[in-house]
Amino acid sequence: MSNRIDVKKTYKLFINGSFPRSESGRTYEVKTSKGAFLANPCLASRKDLREAVVAARSAHNGWSKATAYNRGQILYRIAEMLQARTSEFIEEIMITTGATKVKAEKEVLQAVDTLVWFAGWSDKISSLTGSNNPVAGPFYNFTIPESMGVVAAVAPENPSLLGLIESIAPIITSGNTVIILASTKAPLSAMSFAEVLATSDLPAGVVNILTGKKDEIAPWMASHMDIDAMDISGLSSKLTAEIKVAGAENLKRVHSFKRASAHRITAFTESKTIWHTIGV
Amino acid sequence: MNFYGLVDGSEASLKTYLNKLSGVDQVGANARAAMLATRSVKTTSKRWAIDTAISMVDLTTLEGADTVGKVQALCTKAVRPDPTDSSVPSVGAICVYNDMVGVARKHLDLIGGKHVPVAAVSTAFPSGRASIAVKVLDTQDAIDAGASEIDMVIDRGAFLEGRLIDVFNEIVTIRQVCGEKAHLKVIFETGELVTYDNVRKASFLAMAAGADFIKTSTGKVAPAATAPVVLVMLEAVRDFYEMTQKRIGVKPAGGIRNTKDAIKQLVLVKETAGEEWLNSKLFRIGASALLNDLLMQRIKMDNGYYASPTYVSVD
Amino acid sequence: MSFEYAPAPESRAITNIKPKYGHFIGGKFVTGSKHFPTINPATEEILSQIALAGKSEVDAAVKAARKAYNSTWSKTSGKERGKYLFRIARILQERAREFAVLETLDNGKPIRESRDTDIPLAAAHFFYHAGWADKLEYAGLGSFPKPLGVAGQIIPWNFPLLMLAWKVAPALATGNTVVLKPAESTSLTALLFAEVCQQAELPAGVVNIVTGDGSTGALIVNHPGIDKIAFTGSTEVGKIIARSVAPTKKSVTLELGGKGANIVFEDAAIDETVEGIIDGIFFNQGHVCCAGSRLLLQENVAEEVLHKLKKRMEKIRVGDPLDKNTDVGAINSKEQLAKIVELAKVGDDEGGQRWSPACDLPKKGYWFAPTIFTGVTSAHRIAREEIFGPVLSVLTFRTPQEAIEKANNTPFGLSAGVWGEKGSRTLWAAQHLRAGVIWTNSFNKFDPTSPFGGYKESGWGREGGRHGLAAYLKGVAGE
Repeated sequence: MSNRIDVKKTYKLFINGSFPRSESGRTYEVKTSKGAFLANPCLASRKDLREAVVAARSAHNGWSKATAYNRGQILYRIAEMLQARTSEFIEEIMITTGATKVKAEKEVLQAVDTLVWFAGWSDKISSLTGSNNPVAGPFYNFTIPESMGVVAAVAPENPSLLGLIESIAPIITSGNTVIILASTKAPLSAMSFAEVLATSDLPAGVVNILTGKKDEIAPWMASHMDIDAMDISGLSSKLTAEIKVAGAENLKRVHSFKRASAHRITAFTESKTIWHTIGV
Repeated sequence: MNFYGLVDGSEASLKTYLNKLSGVDQVGANARAAMLATRSVKTTSKRWAIDTAISMVDLTTLEGADTVGKVQALCTKAVRPDPTDSSVPSVGAICVYNDMVGVARKHLDLIGGKHVPVAAVSTAFPSGRASIAVKVLDTQDAIDAGASEIDMVIDRGAFLEGRLIDVFNEIVTIRQVCGEKAHLKVIFETGELVTYDNVRKASFLAMAAGADFIKTSTGKVAPAATAPVVLVMLEAVRDFYEMTQKRIGVKPAGGIRNTKDAIKQLVLVKETAGEEWLNSKLFRIGASALLNDLLMQRIKMDNGYYASPTYVSVD
Repeated sequence: MSFEYAPAPESRAITNIKPKYGHFIGGKFVTGSKHFPTINPATEEILSQIALAGKSEVDAAVKAARKAYNSTWSKTSGKERGKYLFRIARILQERAREFAVLETLDNGKPIRESRDTDIPLAAAHFFYHAGWADKLEYAGLGSFPKPLGVAGQIIPWNFPLLMLAWKVAPALATGNTVVLKPAESTSLTALLFAEVCQQAELPAGVVNIVTGDGSTGALIVNHPGIDKIAFTGSTEVGKIIARSVAPTKKSVTLELGGKGANIVFEDAAIDETVEGIIDGIFFNQGHVCCAGSRLLLQENVAEEVLHKLKKRMEKIRVGDPLDKNTDVGAINSKEQLAKIVELAKVGDDEGGQRWSPACDLPKKGYWFAPTIFTGVTSAHRIAREEIFGPVLSVLTFRTPQEAIEKANNTPFGLSAGVWGEKGSRTLWAAQHLRAGVIWTNSFNKFDPTSPFGGYKESGWGREGGRHGLAAYLKGVAGE
């Protein structure tokens, strides 16, 4: 081996398709499972959240009006990009969490498969959760699920990559946009995943990833009036009530999940019922 | 003729005029008519409505089997619908086929019914399938025989083919034949035009062409004077009045058989075109059986018990 | 003489209002302790004394509901539950006239509406949900759908019996038992419904009805023995409820306020559109959460539509709600009237142009003439706040995009209307509107098969249709 110095990655935030530093200039130290210095990711502030919400809101109209086929292809493209970088993610998970290679590999491959699974849901959820309603009158009446808008999510600490993707994929497959706060202790794979997103034809602002402290950012998410819903799967249950109380101010839909399921899609959709007259 | 300044007689101007019309949503029109059908007309207002309806009846016989005797009997009924009660008004008119116009006019004059006009169904009624020359002669013949009201039919075939200018020109021609001598009622046969959009279009076309009345049907085709069709036509005369300050009359015909139906028609008039239309100059009901039901209801209101058909004359 | 409709009042002889009512708990009527009057808002006549439930009554009702759930209802098969609901539907149909008259007396709404809309729809809701009771596993809401337990249901005064039906029918069909509180000012039809439960031989405690005011509602919301809260009412109270239940495991559905946009495109069928505008804002005196209270007119037809709208408004018949020819009845309460008067005043102060047709309002009772404000912009309070009365704010737009932008410019998202003859454009608008119920070329239509509920601050969840069942089943959200 030569004495070449490695070029290390600077971990930044992912907002509106770009990789800015936190406006606050703050970072925090992430260590390996053995306690050695690993990186200084951004300690996101409420203002970073604010910027991310602006990005997510402006991306929502385009993303939600994209065809379901298109959204499915983009989710599949994300899976392709992740698959191609498997080894990098395995290494990142191993070094951050101390997981064995087998375990880390399993997580990454499961993350790829999760993306593929939700990619396929984009153009099926309407058929399964919509309905034609036989009203007693001359009306064609139907109900379709639509995205809610901007969803804020808190990813679980562990598994840091899979948990993140299990949250993001169902939220965006129906057309929502998302701001997700990554695992605090193991944020590196989340920020590397942002690089995957950046190279997957995903429109800017559809997914925004922050790193930082959950008890600092989650309450700001809950009180933000331009966030429509929250996935707090990654939040300690001690904070749940506080988040729900703050979220009530604009009647946010606040949900928490234990695993990946199709319910994670429907929880972030609204049913729209349209009545149309039938006549000549 | 200047057609109220709405069209200049050219096909292009007619198209421009008719294309400006708003569409009619069938579901909404049906719903409005159904809602107005729930109006409850009781006591004094019902009594007024019955007498008003009687005065609006165009008492009609349009059968191949019509005879002089039948028409004369009808004339007697028209002048004094209830021979036992002189407070019952005469009907709006007698409506007969052309060859019976002379018989009707003569008999009416004879029995003190000079005030009851005779309406003739001209222009190759009910199909209208004849040349314009024949239609002109038909109309002229009726007027010469004493008809002061002409109920003409439009050429539905031409209308559905899109030859609106031909429909328009026929009305204009017959209007000229009528001149000052006869009022012109234009029959659409709405059961053949089918859509409310067509009814609205036909209404505006006929009004611009010089119709004094627009009339739903011949009575030979079902459906005829349904409530929503009458609603659409009443909206048309209301809007036409706003455009021209000229009030055109409306005549539903066919299917109005009892007092309830007739009162529903009056409700439609009141709440759509307005009170100004609630007289026989601007609203007529083409019917035959209706009159006796109105008379029976009138007897019920006066006596407080239900009447029997044996107490009203069959014709 | 002109054609004036003679008074055609529906007879109130069919009703039998008791001087005083108690609560309906465990299948029996129990006497209340404190009482307050319920009045006919059209005349200010005191109709009866209604009991105010306190802690002990709410406890008793919850206990009865729990007991019925554990001992009876959860062991009753879907097929049998359905039969009870069918019975209720039929009894409502049999006693429809009585319910209609009572609703009109207590609420102030025209008899035409209670007779033709409220009561038939309430019966239809029971009939519809009856059929679901033994088919829940086919509803796409899980293979083994399970009820939540005891549902606390708090309903508003605008459609008293109909809102009861929206709440009780799905709860019972899915196997829950119920503690229901009708609105303070409109308890009578709920109390008559208790009789219907008795006639249907519904097991004791499956439906419990406690009457009272907001304090009673709060007792239900905060009761630890309740598994689910279903509320219809104001967004303000909805938020309080959402906060109250946040630390608990209760599931919640909320049906809240709205400021529905009614968009008229240049190609709209004008006469039917005018009817739809009227239906949108003057139906039920505008006491409708999904009312089309913001009229958005495309500028090139605005003048024509307004002209016709005013002409049509002159024909609206305001007056005795029991008269079969009345179109707009009384405002439900003194408080609501004061709120409408105040917001209309704000409209004046902000420079909106107020217009009402000439109409003689009765001297007694609570009345507000049908009113429109023109010259309103999105920045006016009367274009943003729910008035919940017969007051329409009229705005204009230039392009379809601008219409959508203005329509969606509200924290509410319950309903919207779109008028136009061009099918692709009406569907485009329906797609872009952020609201739970969109009517194209119609307004204020309801049906038990059709899910109803709002986006954003208009609430959580849906009522009606297959979707509405989810509100009363366990684990449907997969949490």
